[in-house]
Amino acid sequence: MPEIIKAKEPFTFSTRLHLSELTGLKASDLKELVELLKEVPGSCIYHHTHRFLQQHQYLSPEPPNDFAYWVTSVLGEDELAERLASIDTIQYLTIRALREKIISTIEAYIEKHPRSLKKFASEGEEFYFMKSISFIIASNYVAHDLVEFVDILKKITIDSIYFHIFEARLRLDRKTNDFSYWIETSIGDKELAKKILRLDPYTYTLEDLRKTLIRLIESRING
Amino acid sequence: MAKIEEYIPIVGESVVEDLRLLAARLKGKVIQHVNSTAVGGGVAEILNRLVPLLRELGVDTRWDLMKGGGTFFEVTKKFHNALHSRPCEITQKDFDIFLETSRENIEEVVIYGDIVFIHDPQPIALVDKKKDNKWLWRCHIDISNPNTEVWDFLRNFVVKYDAAVFSSPTFSQKLPIRQFLISPSIDPLSDKNKELPQEVIDSVLEKYNIPKDKPLITQISRFDRLKDPIGVIEAYQQVKRYIDCQLLLAGGGATDDPEGVQVLEETKERAKGDSDIHILLLPQNDIEINALQRASTIIVQKSLKEGFGLTVAEALWKAKPVVASHVGGIPLQIKNKYSGLLCHSVEGAAFGIKQLLNSPDYAKKLGQNGREHIKNNYLLTRHLRDYMLLFLSAYYDEDVVHL
Repeated sequence: MPEIIKAKEPFTFSTRLHLSELTGLKASDLKELVELLKEVPGSCIYHHTHRFLQQHQYLSPEPPNDFAYWVTSVLGEDELAERLASIDTIQYLTIRALREKIISTIEAYIEKHPRSLKKFASEGEEFYFMKSISFIIASNYVAHDLVEFVDILKKITIDSIYFHIFEARLRLDRKTNDFSYWIETSIGDKELAKKILRLDPYTYTLEDLRKTLIRLIESRING
Repeated sequence: MAKIEEYIPIVGESVVEDLRLLAARLKGKVIQHVNSTAVGGGVAEILNRLVPLLRELGVDTRWDLMKGGGTFFEVTKKFHNALHSRPCEITQKDFDIFLETSRENIEEVVIYGDIVFIHDPQPIALVDKKKDNKWLWRCHIDISNPNTEVWDFLRNFVVKYDAAVFSSPTFSQKLPIRQFLISPSIDPLSDKNKELPQEVIDSVLEKYNIPKDKPLITQISRFDRLKDPIGVIEAYQQVKRYIDCQLLLAGGGATDDPEGVQVLEETKERAKGDSDIHILLLPQNDIEINALQRASTIIVQKSLKEGFGLTVAEALWKAKPVVASHVGGIPLQIKNKYSGLLCHSVEGAAFGIKQLLNSPDYAKKLGQNGREHIKNNYLLTRHLRDYMLLFLSAYYDEDVVHL
């Protein structure tokens, strides 16, 4: 087994817990959806594009964001739903850019299919805008090298993995995920950092993502 | 009463560790719950479980009751029905009675909490005692389509709170205060949800003469028109044309409810002549309900209206495939075709049941997904976590809070 490199700085795992805040805003059709998408806080966009990852993390690995799910299950616009679900979220480094992509996708669809404006949600099935309030807490888990890191990775909550991979990158504007950043800057393993960064985490369930990370790091440790 | 450690084998150690981390952040704060009853009803049931666990975690949590006489609770029952959009006549006298009892309670109830957590409309007016502490109003009922006279009356109190909490997004209203979504939960260690040995399940089936030779479709609900027992029978009859199966309608608490007795009679009348339909008026017996759910092939919840519909969570926790109406909190628990099937009609329910009976692998997958979804989102530990986050949120305005 190759020598274990001690990190320059230890990695402290944080966990992210969230509370859903209701806005009282709802959309019954695509026109209202687009109008509200333009004015709701960024926290709403974040909530509806990421909630599914945490709440339904055991499902098949596809990112059915709330907009896509509502458009297909309530309005029956499957083609638009597919377009929304396949937005490559990992490409977008800010919530603002992601919001613009969602809006332009819906507007382009409406222009091509004006009849889609005639579909309405019945009472109780409207799209209710919510936002995520994130609470970030440092856990007691601290890793000083990759062996400790991978051991912790096996037992921490999926909320912690979620935080370091998704939230740190998009919501806290860090542009990369925390794991890759630490492995590159503190362990000095650029290749492993790059491998993790190259994953599209949106196409895994969180448990599969955990397994993949463990596999990548363990195969590195074992040479 | 279960201790917090007992939840670790179910939810994992890290979930309980998170609870401890949060509880430590609430050190020094006193949380004061106020509601109208210590026993009976969903609110008392949940507080009886949550309060001891919060205390065990080190959160100084206390629970006080307001006082009210028979006439007051008649009025609040009327309010309850009106908020559920059921037709009823509300007079000025009703509002006067409500305000009079509220005044007495404002004088008598001692408020000492850093965070005062008021449950449901009965004690809502206590907010007039608000000083510089934090006040939260927990609405446990479906107010998606409330009687406006009653809602406008209550709204005058609601807006004085720091935040309101609802069980479903559809219940939220346009309000000038913050509103949070916190769903109710089930306790995996309670008699209603704990694992049961097969012998217990078999003995309950034997006791009620339910044979095991045909698939069993079950709805567990009190006999109430809003639970649509007749609609369930109609759906079963449509299925029965193609697949030999049996139906179980079981529920309790109809004897003290005149309408309940009538609905039970109508249901029996509709089921007449079919020995494969079992109608059971069960006393409050959680182990038996648990056993019947576990013995079922498919669980149905064909409600016309629903607050949250915890019977769905109970069924999914037992990894049962569920066919349920798209009402109240049910769509939060079931993502159609992922963790169960949603329906809007008798025909839809029948179609869903047939699909599941004919595709046992698919049914099994839905049940497994459903159990995972409940495990991650609707167990008591999540409820504890959300309440602690709610208490903490009273001290922060930001969307991202570093604790």
